[in-house]
Formats: sequence, C-alpha cells, structure tokens
Amino acid sequence: MSSDRLAVRKTYKLYVNGAFPRSESGRTYEVTDAKGHFLANAALASRKDARDAVVAARAAFPKWSGATAYNRGQVLYRVAEVMEGRHVQFCEEVAAGEGLSSGKARAAVDAAIDRWVWYAGWTDKLASVLGGANPVAGPYFDFSVPEPTGVVAVLAPQRSSLLGLVSVLAPVLAGGNTAVVVTSKERPLPAVTLGEVLATSDVPAGVVNLLTGDAEEIGPWLAEHDDVDAVDLTGAPARRAMELERLAAGSIKRVLRPPAEEPDWTADPGLARMTPFLETKTVWHPMGV
Amino acid sequence: MTDLLDPHALAAETPPRREPPAPFRDVTRSGAAFRAFLHGLPGVDQVGAEARTAVLGTRSIKTTAKAWAIDTAIAMVDLTTLEGADTPGKVRSLAAKAKQPDPTDPATPQVAAVCVYGDLAGIAREALAGTGIHVAAVATAFPSGRASRAVKLADVQDAVANGADEIDMVIDRGAFLAGRYLDVYDEIAAVKEACGDAHLKVILETGELVTLDNVRRASWLAMLAGGDFIKTSTGKISPAATLPVCLVMLEAVRDFRAATGRQVGVKPAGGIRTTKDAIKHLVLINETVGPDWLSPDWFRFGASSLLNDLLLQRQKLRTGHYSGPDHVTVD
Amino acid sequence: MTSVFEYAPAPESRSIVDIAPSYGLFIDGEFVDGSGEPFKTVNPATEEVLSEVASGTEADVDRAVRAARRAFTRVWGPMRPADRGKYLFRIARLLQERAREFAVLESLDNGKPIRESRDVDVPLAAAHFFYHAGWADKLDWAGLGPGPRPLGVAGQVIPWNFPLLMLAWKVAPALATGNTVVLKPAETTPLTALLFAEICRQAGLPPGVVNIVTGAGDTGRAVVEHDDVDKVAFTGSTEVGRSIARAVAGTRKKLTLELGGKAANIVFDDAPIDQAVEGIVQGIFFNQGHVCCAGSRLLVQENVHDEVIASLQRRIGTLRLGDPLDKNTDIGAINSAEQLARIRELSDVGEAEGAQRWQPACELPERGYWFPPTVFTDVSPAHRIARDEVFGPVLSVLTFRTPDEAVAKANNTTYGLSAGIWTEKGSRILKIADRLRAGVVWANTFNKFDPTSPFGGYKQSGYGREGGRHGLAAYLKGADQ
Repeated sequence: MSSDRLAVRKTYKLYVNGAFPRSESGRTYEVTDAKGHFLANAALASRKDARDAVVAARAAFPKWSGATAYNRGQVLYRVAEVMEGRHVQFCEEVAAGEGLSSGKARAAVDAAIDRWVWYAGWTDKLASVLGGANPVAGPYFDFSVPEPTGVVAVLAPQRSSLLGLVSVLAPVLAGGNTAVVVTSKERPLPAVTLGEVLATSDVPAGVVNLLTGDAEEIGPWLAEHDDVDAVDLTGAPARRAMELERLAAGSIKRVLRPPAEEPDWTADPGLARMTPFLETKTVWHPMGV
Repeated sequence: MTDLLDPHALAAETPPRREPPAPFRDVTRSGAAFRAFLHGLPGVDQVGAEARTAVLGTRSIKTTAKAWAIDTAIAMVDLTTLEGADTPGKVRSLAAKAKQPDPTDPATPQVAAVCVYGDLAGIAREALAGTGIHVAAVATAFPSGRASRAVKLADVQDAVANGADEIDMVIDRGAFLAGRYLDVYDEIAAVKEACGDAHLKVILETGELVTLDNVRRASWLAMLAGGDFIKTSTGKISPAATLPVCLVMLEAVRDFRAATGRQVGVKPAGGIRTTKDAIKHLVLINETVGPDWLSPDWFRFGASSLLNDLLLQRQKLRTGHYSGPDHVTVD
Repeated sequence: MTSVFEYAPAPESRSIVDIAPSYGLFIDGEFVDGSGEPFKTVNPATEEVLSEVASGTEADVDRAVRAARRAFTRVWGPMRPADRGKYLFRIARLLQERAREFAVLESLDNGKPIRESRDVDVPLAAAHFFYHAGWADKLDWAGLGPGPRPLGVAGQVIPWNFPLLMLAWKVAPALATGNTVVLKPAETTPLTALLFAEICRQAGLPPGVVNIVTGAGDTGRAVVEHDDVDKVAFTGSTEVGRSIARAVAGTRKKLTLELGGKAANIVFDDAPIDQAVEGIVQGIFFNQGHVCCAGSRLLVQENVHDEVIASLQRRIGTLRLGDPLDKNTDIGAINSAEQLARIRELSDVGEAEGAQRWQPACELPERGYWFPPTVFTDVSPAHRIARDEVFGPVLSVLTFRTPDEAVAKANNTTYGLSAGIWTEKGSRILKIADRLRAGVVWANTFNKFDPTSPFGGYKQSGYGREGGRHGLAAYLKGADQ
C-alpha cells in the first residue's frame, strides 16, 4: 500500500434512535488529541437533540424491557463480539484521546469489551439474585422481582472515554433500561465509534442514544425532563452536581450521585451500578381452591 | 359435553323436563348448555370469601341487639335428631322441647321445625299438632343419596304421607362431581314434584363438593330445579356448615331473586353449636342479603345442641348472671 | 341501613389509655420540654382536645441528633448485633402486651375505626419489629453485598394515616441495621409515637437510640436538613417529597421516599365478582381512604360495569360510619379539618367536571370531621378526580374494553405505587402484573401488607422499599448499597 494515499476521514456524528444525525443546532466543536492536535470535529449536541433522544429512548423502552433476559444477554454479548472486530480502531482512538501508550490503550479496550461480557451474563441472573418469594403471614403467594426504572440519562465519565463509558452504560442496559448518554466532552470519539458498534449489534434503535457535547449544557435539561426516570451524574461537573440533583427532584428521579473523583474503572463493578436503576415490584395472590 | 359428542344422546327420547324459571328457561336444553351456564357463573375466591366472613365474625352484638338475635335464632332452629337409635320416645321428647324450649320462661319462642327421619315423621306430626311447628323429614336415601331414583321418590312420598311438610333431600354428589348436572337437576325436579305441597330443602353436602365454586354452581342448580331452600350439609360429613359456604349460598339466593324474582331460603346445618356461631350467621345474613332473609321462613339452623346454648345465653341476659347446663333441659 | 337487626352500640373502653395533659419531646431517653410553641392534638371524631404536645425547634432537633449520634458511636453501633436484635424482640413483645392500649389511643388520635387499629395497625407494627429483630445478627446473609454497615443517624418523618405502623416501618429496620433514629411524627397524630417512647424505656433501650421530636413541617424540615443526619426516610405527599429531595441534593445523605399514589384497581369481566367488590371496598374505604396505595381509580371492564357498580353500591350501603371506638364501625372520622376541606374540594371539582357523584344514605355525626363513602361514575381520564390523589373515601370509576386499554389507562399517571387486578385467568394476571408500572400489584386481593414483603413506588410515588430483604438496603452501606 502506498504511503502517500490520502486517508478518508470519518465524520463524527450523534447516535440517536439508531441513526447518526448531526446536531439539529448545526453546531460542531473541535476535538484534539491529548497533545492538542486536531482529531476531528464532533457534533455539539443541543437541548433539542437531548429532547429527541429522550423520545427515542422512551419509545424503545417497552420492547427492550419486555425482551427476555436471555435475549438481552445475547444482545449485550453481541456488542462485545462486534467491538472485538474493531479492536484496532478503538485502541487508536483511546490512545489518541486519552494520551495513553498503545499497551495501556489496549488494556482499556480489552477491559471495556470484557465488561460487556460481564454484564451480558448478569441479565438473566438479576431476578434470581435480587428477587424472590416473600413468606407473608397469610394464604398468599407473594413474590418480588426487579424491573427496569425506565429511561436513564447518563452523564458519562469525562476521562475514561471508552472503558468508563461502557462501565456506566452496560449496567443500565443489563437491567432493561434505555439510555440517553452525554459522552465525555473532550474525548467523545470512542463513543461515536461505540455507537457504530451498537448500530450493528442487534441493539434496537433508541435503546442507546449517544450525545457528544457538554454535560454542563445538556445535563440540566435531562435532569429536569419529566419523561426521564433516573439520572447517573457520574460525569457531571462537580460544581454542578448539587444543582442537577435538585432539578432531578422535581419528578422524583432516581439519582446516582457522582463519586468524589473518577474511579478506577478496572475494579470489579459489583451490582452497585445496576441496583440504582431497578425498581422492585411485589405481587400478591391468594392461595385457595 | 357428552351430549354433543354422543350421537345417541341426541337420538334418545328425553322425558319432559321441568323448565327453569325465566330468564333461564333455556339453560337446561342440553347437558352442554347447562354446564356452560353453571361454569359461567362468577368464580369465588376462597381466600377473599374467608376474609370477608372473618371480618363479619368480629362484629360485636350486645344488649338489645343480642336479645333480638337470640330469640330470632331460636325461632330459626330446625331441632334435629338423625340417629339410627332414634325412637318415638326420643322424637316426642324433642317435640316437647320444640314447643317449650325453656320451661322457666314461657316467653321463649318456639323453634321453627323438628327434623327427623321419614319413618318418624308421623310421630312428630302427632306430637306437634296445632303448634304451627313444621315437621321436616330427611329423605332420598339420606345421608348418602346412593339409591335408585325410584327408591328416593318412594322415600319422599312416604315421608310426606307420614305428615312431613318439609322434605330435606340430598343431591347426588357423585353425579355432580362427575359433571352430570342434568341428572342432578332432573332428580331434584322429580323430588319437588313428589313433595306436593311440602317445602323442599336441597342438601348440597358442601363438605363433599369441597370448592366454593362448586357450592355456587350447586346452589344455582338446586334453585333452578325448584328447591325452596338450599341447605349446606347432612351433618354426617365434616366440614359441615361454615361461614364462607353460607356466604356463597346467601350470595346465590340474593342473585337468584334479583334475576328471577323468586326468593329461596338458606339452611346451614351441622357444626353450629354456640350462640356466637348463630349470631355470626345472623350478621352474615344482615350484611349480605339484608333483613328479607332474617326470618324463619327464609333462614333455618339445622342443629341439636345449639338450642341449649341459645337458652343459656338467653337466661344470662334475662337474669343478669351466668347460668349452667342443669338449668336447661336435655333433649 | 334500616333493618330489624340494629346493632346496639359496642364501644371499646377508653379507660385503658391514660393521656397526659401535655407531652414533651423524647430525647436521649428522657421527656424534655420543647422550645417551640406547643400544639394541641384533637380527636377528629369529636374535636375534643386530647393533649398538648411540645413543638421541636431547630435547637431541639439538634439536641436529638446529637443524642442519636452519641448513642450510635458509643452504644448502638458497637453493640453485638444479637443484642440489638434482642432489644427489638423486646419491643415487639411490649407492643403485643399493650396492644389494646395502642389501638384505642390510635383510634382516638387518628379517627380510624378500632377494628382496624386493633386488627391491622397494631399487630402489623409488632410484626415489623419481630421480623426485623431477626435480621439484626444476620445482615451478612441478606445478599446485600459483603460486610454491610449502618449509615449512622437516620432522620425519619412519618405521616398521620398509620401513625404507629409507619413508625414501625421506619424505626424497626433502622435499628435492626444498627442505626439510631430521630423520628418526627405527624402533627395531628403524635400520641402513639409518644407512647412508643415509653415502650422504649420499658424495653431498656439505651438512651438516644430512639428520639422522638414532635412538631409541624418546620420540625420535619429541621430533621431532614440537619447536617449530621446520614439517612433521610420520608413517607408523605409527593409535594413534600420533592422538597426533601431538593434539600438533600448534594449531601451525603441517603434518601428513601414513599409518596402519593393513584392506584388503578382493574376488574375484568371474568373476575370473582363478590370478592372483587369486597376488594374495591377494602381498596378505597380502608382507613377512610387515607392510604397512599388506595385503589382510588376503579377500572372496570365495560361489559360488567353496571353489574359491578350495582353490587358495589349495595355493599357500600352496609358500611357503618361513626364512632371510631365502636367495634362495629367500618368508616371512622377524617383525620383533620384541613384534610376534610381537601376531600370536599376535589369532590366538588369532580361533580363540576361532569362526573356523577353517588353516596349512600348515611347520617354523619354532628361534631367532628366526616365524609361519607363516595363513588364517582362517568369519570374520564382527563378529570382531576382521575389524576389527583384525594386521600379520602372517594372512588373514581372509569371503564375499559380490552386488556391493552386497561394497562394504558392504569399506567397513565405520574404515580406508580400500587395496582389491583381482578380476574380468574392466571395467565392474564401475570401478564398484566408484568406490564403495570407499580411497586405493589395485588391480584384478586388488595391492601395487604406484611413485614416480609417489600413495599414502595415507581415513578413519582417515590423510591426505596420498606419491608423484606429489600427494605434493609435503605439503611446500610456496603459494596452494593
């Protein structure tokens, strides 16, 4: 292959309702690598893009939450498979965006793929682990099951552009929720590529919506949106977290507060990122003849 | 279903069948239709029915209400003896008690009826002459009902001839549980005819029907076939009368009257031994079907030992102090 | 109802309770004076003043939180879990021993029928302590992650509809998991909480483990907003829940909310009709409809509408309204003049919007706060009485034609606390239960509660669960909390 071939560059766009639109606002912003060199122009999502994303996520919720847990597990596993095929591309984008050595970038991508696999295995175990029969004092069969909360707005981590993103997104999906994600502002490119993976890996349109842009700008609109059921503030700017939580109180949203600082995403995630976005439904029925 | 599947069933000559009252005239046109009707009745949730009667069981009936309830209950008693060892002497003794339940207080009401085996109905009739107390006789191969139709009808005719003006028949539970509802229907209708002017009480033997769904279906079946009363039990099978069973039967007579205009009575029998039990039943009537059924014409207790407990409680209310078993008569 | 069988009055004796003319705050194991202006608590059935109760100020709340912190650090936190459990077992037994006293006092202060306080509220409250007592030394096996630890001081604010039972729902899990408590009872119903303070003393509970600070909304706000509170648990209106969620935003405080509801009670044409009618009655008239999970929207299949409504009206005609202490009373008094005004207002709106109001012939006592059982038919989803929580004995009837329509209408609310399904078809129950967005689904039953069974809402009915293994999570921190 001749080295003087001029590369065909990718246009990085939003991922909403299974499609890749530009921002309705027409805005873009310059994304650079860790050293400040131009990488691409990313779409700068607006509040209206967020609005459209919530509509898509709500529309996708019945089917995704209603799919069998086995089916959701297979879809999430499929995401890992398709990501594996784009391993090199993810490594390059993570290395450039996060300024990592190729070895560290590879480790982050490996961990991100493995995280999908981990959560893929959780879908059909959650009900057994979190639900169960309740021995009430009376002639009733009484059981509790976990159910997804609904549409979850996720402010993704700012630093870990792929592993961090997958670590907050996959648990939301595993429980059967749909997601509107605001990606890392300065490191959005792996998210867009992840969108391309999701679009080709049996994840129904609207289940995941990825908005590149500024959590500070879009976060309040999502936090206050009456049709959003929960917010994950992990990537929220620290000084805005309290305000976002206050806005979320208006419709009694479930809120996952931001950690004091961005955690080590390679640690074992446990259940702590799934349970905040699960409701418990308890069903009673008499036992008679 | 057999009627539909079995060509001979259609071809077979069917005897004329007693027609159920409007608007249910056509429900007995075939076994399948009758089954569809009975199984189309609303289901009964056992736990819900039990919960309802448990709450009503907590009603606190005091002072004047209690006095009224005790007298009403006494007047509703079908004073019963159904033993192989029954003799004319035993029946006369029972009749004497029926006429004057409490010798110490002539104001005590008489009971509604004396209930005996058919061969002793004549003795009871003679002993109760002129009192207005009814003579009820169990019939139709009581308590099992396992005899041919002809024998059952002869049993009924004999009891009526002996002077019984109320007949307590048993349904064919075997046929009912096997789904031969029309057979059960035809038998009740035939017995009703054999009764002539005598009132017919239809014993469902709910302890053998087991489910409350069956109790509701059997209640409707018996009412459609012409029963004047539906009665829970023979007293020979446990469980006999229970509050949830009585609740379902009361709901059935209520709904039946609303649909047809004909009022049918209810008689729980067996296992009601205390005043408290009796008052729970009166409360159940009061809050399920209302005062229309709060009379011996429409509600009876099939019982023997209940009467003495009612009398003891009555004495306590009258005198203000507790009484004891030697202050009421043995039967 | 006129009948030949009129029940004579059967009042439960009031002499079993001994109400003091005034009560202080229970802080650090002692009754102390409050700094605020004392307020009166009245019997809503007679408007008689029962007692005067201290009002806690910020300073009082601060004292209570300090006492709770001290008790947490020095005594309750370090205590052997099995011993914590034994204290809770003692409390459960003491509640059982003095059950009648609690029931009478609850009916006097709240207006609910003695039949309910005696047979539901008090036995369930004792059961909650008994159940949670057993958890105290078994938390490692609760499946809530490794090494769960208590949060610290729990600030709890409870409503007036089930004063003692809501106390039990809050206090029992908090103590079992090793937390200490500052509890603010409702302004109109403080008395059983204060009697509970006496139970704590009889149980020998270390001072400061349970602190009870009476007062109105400001006292509650002081509890919620106190900096040294680690956990806030609230049951009450969605409006107040919102302001609490705002107040704890940006803090470390863990929050659980149990808020309003507008539950759909769905009756299909194949339902066991007589039991369904009982369930409808139990669903909306239990506790005068002062129940967050009340089945206040009856969704009845159109082809059985007339039959169901006729049965329902006949059944409502047998309800006995009157003296809460009469053992035969089914419907007691409305808890306060304020609540009565809200019920009246919403009912009038219902009528003005075109719904048909039906009430049984029913005499209301002259004194006290009363509202007859009420059914609105011809209600459309756009009417306020189909959307707003009335929190009173007012049922709105809507119809549906297909299961899909039933689910759509049932879910068409911002609330999601509970729902009911009545049908004899098992597979339909499971499918509809699956599709309802509600935290508790009662199928062929309604308004059943048990300490082992998690209770709590979806959507704007709140978050967090009370009861069962799930309820423990609200009071623990660990890997997965």
